[in-house]
Amino acid sequence: MTFIWAFLIAGSFCLIGELILDNTKLTPGHITSLFTVIGCILAFFGLYDKLIDLAGGGASTIISNFGYLLYTGAYEGYLANGILGIFTGMLTKGGAAIVGSIVFAAILTLFFNPKD
Amino acid sequence: MNKDEYKKLVKKHEPQENKLNNAIIAFLVGGTVGFIVEGIIVILMNVLNLTRIDATVWTSLIVIFTASLFTALGFFDNWMSKAKAGLLLPTTGFAHSVSSSALDYKKEGLIMGLGSNFFKLAGSVILYGILASFILVIVKVIISG
Repeated sequence: MTFIWAFLIAGSFCLIGELILDNTKLTPGHITSLFTVIGCILAFFGLYDKLIDLAGGGASTIISNFGYLLYTGAYEGYLANGILGIFTGMLTKGGAAIVGSIVFAAILTLFFNPKD
Repeated sequence: MNKDEYKKLVKKHEPQENKLNNAIIAFLVGGTVGFIVEGIIVILMNVLNLTRIDATVWTSLIVIFTASLFTALGFFDNWMSKAKAGLLLPTTGFAHSVSSSALDYKKEGLIMGLGSNFFKLAGSVILYGILASFILVIVKVIISG
């Protein structure tokens, strides 16, 4: 069942993104930033947890998940360490995506050149 | 010919993008990515006995690596433009933006080229994500006391 929801939820996010892209003047940069902030807001209302329970990988692969990880990391940091925890906890969960993309992109850039 | 007539003429001749078609492609591609990612998570959970949280992080690293590799090999740009938002909103879009700007600015030097432009496109995601989270956590703290 999770597989069907994964397909539907990930598909719906992309569908909404494409509709915004086609019908407004916003660029892909606007869309990804917008969806990250939407992820933070859904996390704020406790809705993104439910989305992940429902759709698993379908929800965790969307860029909004990055916003959810930032918010959750910061809030859990606050619960553990107070105001300082917001600063130290913010990247504990979302950091994997940042570090991963830095390391992989930097290593691959050593071996490859742009095609055109 | 005045400006309005010219605009009409341009509008008539510019290629019509089929919005319905784009939307369907984005839905199907995005859904397929979600489906595959869920599949990798389940495989990792069963084969390596990982918890769901660990498997999810490993899977997103695998997706980031794959997208970066395909970008470096040169054919992912083409996929991105064909798949519309279907590959932009999953983690693939973030990885693609980092690795494509890394490749493009490499020739301009290690610091002023590669270093300064690394997060040219993905930087706004990180900036607004962190800013929004910070504000929302403060609001949450104030509300819940």
